[in-house]
Amino acid sequence: MTNGWVDIKNTDMMLIMGGNPAENHPCGFKWAIEAKRNRNAQMISVDPRFTRTSAVADQFCQIRAGTDIAFLGGLINYAIENNRIAHEYLVNFTNAAFVVKGDFQLPADTDGVFSGFNAEKHTYDRSTWNYAGSGGKPVPNPTGMSTGQNHGTPPPLPPLPENVDYDLTLQNPNCVFQLLKKHYSRYTPELIERITGISKEKFLKAADTFTSVRKDGDLKKVATIIYAVGWTHHSFGTQIIRTAAMLQLLLGNVGRAGGGVNALRGHSNIQGATDMAGLYDTLPGYLKVPTPADADFDAWMKRVTPTSSKPQPWQSFNYYSNTSKFVVSFMKALYGDAATKQNGWAFDYLPKVDRDYSWTHLWDDMYHGNVKGMLSFGMNGVAIGPDSNKNIDALKKAEWLVVGEIYPDETSEFWKSPKVIADGDMKQIQTTVYRLPCAGFAEKDGSFTNSARWLLWKNAAVPLAGDARLDHGIVAQIFLKVRALYQKEGGKFPDPILNLTWGYSDKMNPPLAEVLKEMNGKALADLEDPTSKQQIKAGQQLPGFAWLKDDGTTSCGIWIYSGAFTEAGNQTARRDPSDPSNMGVHPNWGWSWPANRRVLYNRASCDLNGKPWDASRAQVWWNADAKKWVGNDVPDFKADSPPTDHMGPFIMNPEGIGRIFAPLAAFADGPFPEFYEPIESPIDNLLHPAVSKNPVVTKFKDADDKFGTPAQGYNVVCTTFRLTEHYHYWTKNNPMNVQLVPEPFIEMAAEMADEMGIRGGEHVKITSARGNYIAKAMVTKRIKSMLIDGKKTYQIGIPFHWGYRGISEDEGRTSKKLVNQLTHTATDPNAHTPEFKGFLVKVEKV
Amino acid sequence: MSQETMRVQKISAHSGTVPGEGTQREYTVSKLIDTTTCIGCKACEVACMEWNDLPFGETVFDNTYQTMPETRWNYWNLILFNEHEKDDGSLMWLMRKNQCMHCADPGCLAACPSDGAIIQYANGIVDFQQEKCIGCGYCITGCPFNIPKFNPETKRVYKCTLCADRVGEGLEPACIKACPTGCLHFGSKEDMKDLAEKRATQLRTHYNFPNAGVYDPAGVGGTGVMYILHDATQPELYGGLPKDPHIPLAVRLWKGPVKWLGNLAMVGGIIGLFIHYLRFGPKDKEDEQIREEILVAQEKEVKAREENRPAVRAKVNEEGGEPSKGEHL
Repeated sequence: MTNGWVDIKNTDMMLIMGGNPAENHPCGFKWAIEAKRNRNAQMISVDPRFTRTSAVADQFCQIRAGTDIAFLGGLINYAIENNRIAHEYLVNFTNAAFVVKGDFQLPADTDGVFSGFNAEKHTYDRSTWNYAGSGGKPVPNPTGMSTGQNHGTPPPLPPLPENVDYDLTLQNPNCVFQLLKKHYSRYTPELIERITGISKEKFLKAADTFTSVRKDGDLKKVATIIYAVGWTHHSFGTQIIRTAAMLQLLLGNVGRAGGGVNALRGHSNIQGATDMAGLYDTLPGYLKVPTPADADFDAWMKRVTPTSSKPQPWQSFNYYSNTSKFVVSFMKALYGDAATKQNGWAFDYLPKVDRDYSWTHLWDDMYHGNVKGMLSFGMNGVAIGPDSNKNIDALKKAEWLVVGEIYPDETSEFWKSPKVIADGDMKQIQTTVYRLPCAGFAEKDGSFTNSARWLLWKNAAVPLAGDARLDHGIVAQIFLKVRALYQKEGGKFPDPILNLTWGYSDKMNPPLAEVLKEMNGKALADLEDPTSKQQIKAGQQLPGFAWLKDDGTTSCGIWIYSGAFTEAGNQTARRDPSDPSNMGVHPNWGWSWPANRRVLYNRASCDLNGKPWDASRAQVWWNADAKKWVGNDVPDFKADSPPTDHMGPFIMNPEGIGRIFAPLAAFADGPFPEFYEPIESPIDNLLHPAVSKNPVVTKFKDADDKFGTPAQGYNVVCTTFRLTEHYHYWTKNNPMNVQLVPEPFIEMAAEMADEMGIRGGEHVKITSARGNYIAKAMVTKRIKSMLIDGKKTYQIGIPFHWGYRGISEDEGRTSKKLVNQLTHTATDPNAHTPEFKGFLVKVEKV
Repeated sequence: MSQETMRVQKISAHSGTVPGEGTQREYTVSKLIDTTTCIGCKACEVACMEWNDLPFGETVFDNTYQTMPETRWNYWNLILFNEHEKDDGSLMWLMRKNQCMHCADPGCLAACPSDGAIIQYANGIVDFQQEKCIGCGYCITGCPFNIPKFNPETKRVYKCTLCADRVGEGLEPACIKACPTGCLHFGSKEDMKDLAEKRATQLRTHYNFPNAGVYDPAGVGGTGVMYILHDATQPELYGGLPKDPHIPLAVRLWKGPVKWLGNLAMVGGIIGLFIHYLRFGPKDKEDEQIREEILVAQEKEVKAREENRPAVRAKVNEEGGEPSKGEHL
């Protein structure tokens, strides 16, 4: 989230799309209700199904799953056409005025792709996706790793120009604003109706309502956009979120209380997992991993440290210019004295990531026998899918599998799946499975990082049950055994294992408070701040990441968490609910990254002179007497930079501004989001039938990786979803949850059921090109038929909570199927998230 | 809420005076349910089960998100889900938390023939005292909201207590505490009425609900549980909430016969016969007619509920066989 849960209460307008917070985040949804109750805020719900969120929304649009970019692009078009844009914000705080290179081409110019497309390799040469201007240092290969399965390394890119050409009148035909206008002028209400199934009238009403925050020509009102995995689960998920971000920049809603683009995370700590390098291509704190192309530490730093790029008279803080401080401190946390300037801070110890190792690739590697074993904690990999059959087939080939769980699950008993039973090959499976009893969340302490980036410490509520062990204790003990083996036997390259710091008071079960202290970081030598003369003694906890150094005198496990556990103690355990500003800041409740800042980019909540756009929601402001930024929140800005400097509020971008146009290597599939159809879709792309799908998405080509088409009879759009009453694949083991919703079901339109002669409660079989799923029909008015390009089309939804282990399953009340036996393995090219939503199926009465 | 508010104010079938009668009443408590901000999350259902230590029961898929068709002796708090298509074609998915309404003039209490089995506290809570319940089921007939439910094993009737044990200690009921959106409110009746009217006004003024209003039916003397409805002119849409609930006339009439027969019983010492007469004896003509009326009304309600159900009602689970006995209770 750019903002936070409590902050939603400050909003005037909510677009909830790609998410169903009333059902999946009922506690956080309180704040959406508060906004309605206390501010008369409006709520628009856009979803393939009329959900419990839609039930309390003021408007509902039923959208065909996977057509979100068409809808959002239409909103951008509507806002521009009707002059409902935040002009002053747009010109000064975004790159709307930046001029793009003359050889850049939009999909409208090329019939479906941006300039630089290589159809053979399914990649872009992104060198034309750049600003016009002068200066700047050449950047080597932007990632150094290949972008797909069979692709070579992409060509090196030109630099961002140091001095960007710009036109504050926004009239230059090649300025970002004009390109944006041209690009989305194609997204007309008529076209949106044909693509999304949302009638022109409904779309226009929603567009009018949402952009009405700018109808008075000022920036007082604020709108928020709230989303969840309904946006990420697509082969263009990242670009959906991009479109939302651009819309919010256009309307001047980013950095503002009650505004922003807000991702609702699906686990209590999934934000924490992402922060701690949940993805293969980051190190903790979103630092970019080294690749084989990085010859040494300096080459790596040169590649990943941006230099500022902006209109000459403006300033850019370019905070990532500090990257080497974060990285060296991280290496010191990992390797202590073994990381020295001489050995490039132990650069050689780090694995060099040469290609895509994301989720589907891991399973594919196991499927092909390249991955021999798996440690599986806190997840149910078979049920997660996608294409669970492929995951089951992969596990059959593994030598070993370790599952740490509190319940027997589909992964630890993959050999009990109906598929294995049907294939009759249980006896051939040689995989050794170890199931370890792990602690539940209430049995261990530690912190949760919530969607709002707030870290909240919790204590263990109950002792470990039975023979259960702490997950991290299990991992620690495996590590200690491996290290002992390396000590004894040497091995190929023992240094990264032998030199890892392990200074915990209980080496077998590292206390999590000590781990958090390590993440926060400490001084390794006496330090002094040159301006304030504040001193920190060697060994003391650091107050925050501003103290980090790249000379080896600081260590820090994850720079964005620096400040969480200081000399003042564990900040995440703070429980002072007071909120002096009454804006939901609660500055002493837990601790949020970065620097206990609640709303990111909050300098953008003020005009050019540093005065809040809306005085009634003052977050931060420029105090001319004190010559610094102050406020109710922690300013997300260079504290002493006066407004006259014209420093951009988006300090993490080298331009200092919000990117409406995302240059160069930012995204694999385009500097502007373009609407592409899902990998399986009922129609060809109406914008450009020849390039129907996201052109850089590649597919696996194994026996289990099948894809269906309408011509083969797969003509119903299917989406997956979650219920309030259940939590992932977990609560099917809990009688209370099972009583609330006892069995799996399939939601379908009453009209469709009538046509097929299906009554509620009767069994329905759903078949995709990958597999089938059988459950009872939930016949409802909450899904309607749609006219997609004039053709009647149906959409169904399946909650994903069931499988072959659980109370109902064990009682024989279900067909023991997994929803993800239906889904396919194509993923988003940026975030690598599979397309769990918006695939094609057949529906039959059983 | 002090202990004072837990003073007994009415007692079922009690011939003498109510102890402490006539002393000044502090205030009645009230639960306010804002259906316009209810998200049907069922936290209240779970909280009710947990606080009251109610045992799990079996449920079957019934083509709805609703946990079960109606409240049970061991399930006192149930959100009713109803899909309603408005004239303009737009859909409303109405969710109403259903439980005992704690009527100011409780039909169950009026109908109860057992001394002290149903009492009303000074704070308005209507509470069943199961140790005095004789299992006659009259309270079930007396309730216009179909709330009290019979447990065939204990042969007693149960329902929501408005968490009298919590309220007596100054706490809010468990459902209120659990509600994540704050659609449930608890306080004095006066405060709740005030809050309800303000919210209804907001819904009429700022949102598209010209008929928004408060449900606090006068026919039962007002209720200790009030609703804010998007459309107060059509309470039936919310799972058959009666538009103008009354204590069945039969129950009112029994007040006379009960007293008269009670005297007779004392004189003749034929209490057993009296009970038998009431439960199974020849039916009074007038009584019969009123019962008929109740049946018709109930049928109507069931029908209305059926019609509000999405498309078609599910058949009972085929694989799992018939639901357990408890299912229908």
